[in-house]
Amino acid sequence: MVAVQFLLNGRPVSAPPVPLQTTLLDYLRGEGLTGAKDGCAEGECGACTVLLVAPHDSSSAYRAVNSCLMFLPMLAGHEIHTVEDLARDNKLCEVQQAMAAAGGSQCGYCTPGFVMNLFAEQYRPDRAGLCDPHQMGGNLCRCTGYRPIRDAALSLGPAPADAFQARLSRPSPRLLALRSAGFSRPESVEECVQILVEDPAAKLVAGGTDVGVESNQRGSRWAHLVSLEAIEELREFSENDDRVLIGAGLPFTDILRRWWNAPAAVAEWLLTFASPTVRNRATLGGNLGNASPIGDSAPLLLALDASLHLAGPAGRRTILLHEFFTGYRKTALNPAELITAIEIPKPIPALWRFFKVSKRRMDDISTVAASMALSFDEQRRITRARFAFGGVADRSLRVLSAEEIVIGQPWTKPTVEAAQSAIAGELKPMSDHRGSAAYRLAVAQSLVEKFWHEG
Amino acid sequence: MRDSGPHESARGHVTGAALYTDDLLGRFPRLLHAWPVCAPHAHAALLRLDTDAALATPGVCTVLTGADVPGEGNTGANRHDEPMFPLEAMHHQQAVAWVLGETLEAAQRGAALVRAEYEELPPILTIEAAIAADSYLSGPHRMVRGDVSALERSALKFEGELRIGGQEHFYLETQCAIAWLDETGGVSVQCSTQHPAEAQEIAARVLNLPRSQVTVECLRMGGAFGGKEVQSNPWVAVAALGAWKTGRPVRVRLTRKLDMALTGKRHPYLIRYATGFAEDGRMEGLRATLYSDGGWSLDLSEPILWRSMFHCDNAYLLPNVELTGYVCRTHKTSQTAFRGFGGPQGMLAIEEILDQAARRLGMRPEAIRERNFYREGNSTHYGQPVKDASRIQRIWDELKASSSFEARREEIARWNADSPYRKRGIAMTPVKFGVSFTATFFNQAGALVLIFRDGSVQVNHGGTEMGQGLNTKVRRIAAETLGVPLEAIRLMPTNTGKVPNTAPTAASAGTDLNGAAVANACSELRERLREVAAALLDCAAVEVQFEQGRVSAPGKEPLPFGRVCEEAYRRRVSLSAEGYYRTPEIHYDPKTGRGRPFYYFAYGAAVSEVELESFTGDCRVRRVDLLEDVGDSLAEVIDRGQLEGGFVQGLGWLTIEELLWDSHGRLATAGASTYKLPSWSELPEVFKVSFLPRATEPGVIFGSKAVGEPPLMLAISAREAIREAIAAFGSGGPVHLDSPATPERIFFAIRAQQEQGGPA
Repeated sequence: MVAVQFLLNGRPVSAPPVPLQTTLLDYLRGEGLTGAKDGCAEGECGACTVLLVAPHDSSSAYRAVNSCLMFLPMLAGHEIHTVEDLARDNKLCEVQQAMAAAGGSQCGYCTPGFVMNLFAEQYRPDRAGLCDPHQMGGNLCRCTGYRPIRDAALSLGPAPADAFQARLSRPSPRLLALRSAGFSRPESVEECVQILVEDPAAKLVAGGTDVGVESNQRGSRWAHLVSLEAIEELREFSENDDRVLIGAGLPFTDILRRWWNAPAAVAEWLLTFASPTVRNRATLGGNLGNASPIGDSAPLLLALDASLHLAGPAGRRTILLHEFFTGYRKTALNPAELITAIEIPKPIPALWRFFKVSKRRMDDISTVAASMALSFDEQRRITRARFAFGGVADRSLRVLSAEEIVIGQPWTKPTVEAAQSAIAGELKPMSDHRGSAAYRLAVAQSLVEKFWHEG
Repeated sequence: MRDSGPHESARGHVTGAALYTDDLLGRFPRLLHAWPVCAPHAHAALLRLDTDAALATPGVCTVLTGADVPGEGNTGANRHDEPMFPLEAMHHQQAVAWVLGETLEAAQRGAALVRAEYEELPPILTIEAAIAADSYLSGPHRMVRGDVSALERSALKFEGELRIGGQEHFYLETQCAIAWLDETGGVSVQCSTQHPAEAQEIAARVLNLPRSQVTVECLRMGGAFGGKEVQSNPWVAVAALGAWKTGRPVRVRLTRKLDMALTGKRHPYLIRYATGFAEDGRMEGLRATLYSDGGWSLDLSEPILWRSMFHCDNAYLLPNVELTGYVCRTHKTSQTAFRGFGGPQGMLAIEEILDQAARRLGMRPEAIRERNFYREGNSTHYGQPVKDASRIQRIWDELKASSSFEARREEIARWNADSPYRKRGIAMTPVKFGVSFTATFFNQAGALVLIFRDGSVQVNHGGTEMGQGLNTKVRRIAAETLGVPLEAIRLMPTNTGKVPNTAPTAASAGTDLNGAAVANACSELRERLREVAAALLDCAAVEVQFEQGRVSAPGKEPLPFGRVCEEAYRRRVSLSAEGYYRTPEIHYDPKTGRGRPFYYFAYGAAVSEVELESFTGDCRVRRVDLLEDVGDSLAEVIDRGQLEGGFVQGLGWLTIEELLWDSHGRLATAGASTYKLPSWSELPEVFKVSFLPRATEPGVIFGSKAVGEPPLMLAISAREAIREAIAAFGSGGPVHLDSPATPERIFFAIRAQQEQGGPA
């Protein structure tokens, strides 16, 4: 049981002690703020969306987050707004007016979530031009077919100069260190390692988009959660001539924003990675650390020979991502060790793409994910090749035989076919609800041709 | 006619103030939470149930078992074939007992500690297995016209098989019920249901109470789509039984995962057919057997199957036809109503057959469709004259022109010729959908309208609001009939204590029935007020006008509506009235398969254009044009919403929504992360919607027409466009494509087509 203080709709609240894994959604609904709804309890539908005031350089931004995936103690020191706060003085805000007028609600159950996400978009500090309806990509509507919601989004102008807008010029709340029996929030990597040494069973949580699902859907319970949110080092991003360094705790939304000059493959990867709402919380460290064989980050980074910076009781070390995954959801992390950053070496290969194959084009889990990279000599012969896949084995992997067979070759159809044969010989995917083994294998090969065809 | 404005609850929706059942929890002190004990097998005998450990768990109040039921422990709507506490588990995760806890977590802990012993029995998990085992819930049902042996003499004869997947409703608000003992000893229930009267019936049945002792209210639903027509009943029964046993309020709310594991879905179908066509594309004979996967109990599977058989014609004349239908019994959730109610599967079959015939005959698919349209004077294969049959052709022609179909088809052919890895396809399909409940007795509705002395109005009716805009339309009907502004009308939650013995809000007939009943009550009240107003205005009754809250007569100073109401009260004129409506002229005899089951047909057509990619089977919907006959639209924003939303829901059913059960009968896609409904990526890039002009429907409220279900079937155009694009990868020959057309199915269909040979 942990007591938590935070700002809720502009007012300080002190939540009474609750079980550690009580979600923000359950807390809000228990307080009578029933605008946020439970639609799926796994961050897929967005009906529970609320706004978090998040750092945006030296000022702030409203970030839409799934309240079903945040444990209440994680809220300590945060500032959040719910749909009940938007219509002030009994006057609908512009987003609400637009949604109502456009016929953007039918049953209305998903509507508060859409409103929250669109509100965050209207007030997004770096927005230029129209509101992007795809910012609501983490919200499902079963009634409207989305067209009126798109129209509502496109009808909005700049955010009005109101109290919500004024708030954004100030920094987001600084998160302080916390220590209690069930919940810890260290401020430094060393402190975090120390906590993990003292309590090997403690569960690390960054954005919570995976841990929250494990809690809600599989009923996992932990005695001790360690939040990484207050460790500034994990949120760093830097780039120089030799490498790009991405803090393991930097949300995906910020990766896209900070790495503004990234090659196209980065956008291909990030814009199909979960949903904007999930990307507002999910981190690269989390996506790699959970070692899911269907995580999208691993294939992308395998193709770049990325390495991971780790910190543990024995100090700091670096490991190639290629050597990091050791089995199904298994990694080379030692006890009490955590990922602090992801390093991508430069130069980035001349030809580099990311492909995601899924039943639904947006906000779905990959049936097959692939990232491929080629470097060439002056005769346009391949000097270095990477064919990395997710969804085709118990872990994300590179198909080394395919990479070897194309070295020294020109990038032509026969070379493509040689790589495809090597892939066919090496991959043994399985069948599940996302796709059959035959489909996975055929697509893994055919993506090489797509890579060749589209360049 | 004035417009109805935005959705009646739009303000509540966008502010979060609109309440749904589970938003009421805070109003019930000492509330108990229910959680099921679920069978871990698809089919098993329950040998023993030991609740001791659960009852010893802190926070567990009690465990509900069969011994607690004072009445009949069965929630089956028609056949009474759904035991609340089964001794034989009939599908994976079926609830065999329910734990009530002080918190949800306590109830869940308790449920995990109930020890249940089972003897596993062999499950039947596919339609094919059910056929082999002769495992049917119902059938054979037959509909026959003409001499089907005619097909043996046809120029083109072929046989085929089509598999059609089911669909999860995925209403955003999962099933929920709260029951408590009210102040006078009765049982009250708040729940999310399309059929409060049946929820009341089932609760009374379980508790052995007269129905007068049970009151059921539904504020609104967060979507339903048929999934809360009968499938909402079991949860009401558990909540009511729990409240009865403990004397405390009890809440049953299914999590998404449980909702998907426990509740029925759209029926999967297997359709086998033999057919014959003349060289010019006229269908000469069709023999088809429809097998629906009904799951473990009957539910509404019979009328759903009938509706499939009624709609095997879609918009086409079937001169010689023999349809046979079976509902298969399998060890899965009990499949149920879902927007279209069997109609979509029947239509998909005929559209499949027509396309297969077109590609064999070398005809354009849209040409073979047009060739077979119903014409004025035709009757359906069940003997109902096709009223307004010429509208099929009229809609077709208008849409073909407005969507530039022919020009785009040619442009696509040129584009495809230069594009080896991506192909586009365009297709056009019609919809003719019968409106009315085929269970004739359901086609009635009641209303209760209360006018208060200040002129404000409460409208009660038996329909439920699930997002479809029923209350928006009813508010307009009431306001215009009484001559008051929309704001003067307050729509009340649906309550069995206000309007009794109601039909479910279903079959697209919610407005036709309830709107007419409300208009009936409002007309009655207006006529009473007319007399009063005539006296006040000192004019003849026929001269009195009611408009926008003003009551006037030529040459007289208008009176506020409230002034007339006050006067009526003082003159002892009743200010409340009940309204009633029953649909005329309909009848149907399931034994002969003949009759006039539908009051009218709703017509429409759609053009879809898609682009496929051969590397992955990826599909993108580029443009959609819809033209629908909604009669005189009662609310354009609402009707457009039904068209677009229905189309996208149908698109999901036919493309990415895939229900998969594993070899143990477990639903492998029980959750939002594994079952994908349309998202932003499925919204067509260009989406044009129009209503057929000059289409007043006589005999229906304000000349309008039903709009809830028909648009779902317009999405068949997208499936046919996908097939057209697949064909473009090869020689244009027949394309086998089971439904849904997932990227994987498209991928392999393209491969099969490429192997058949290059483009013609």
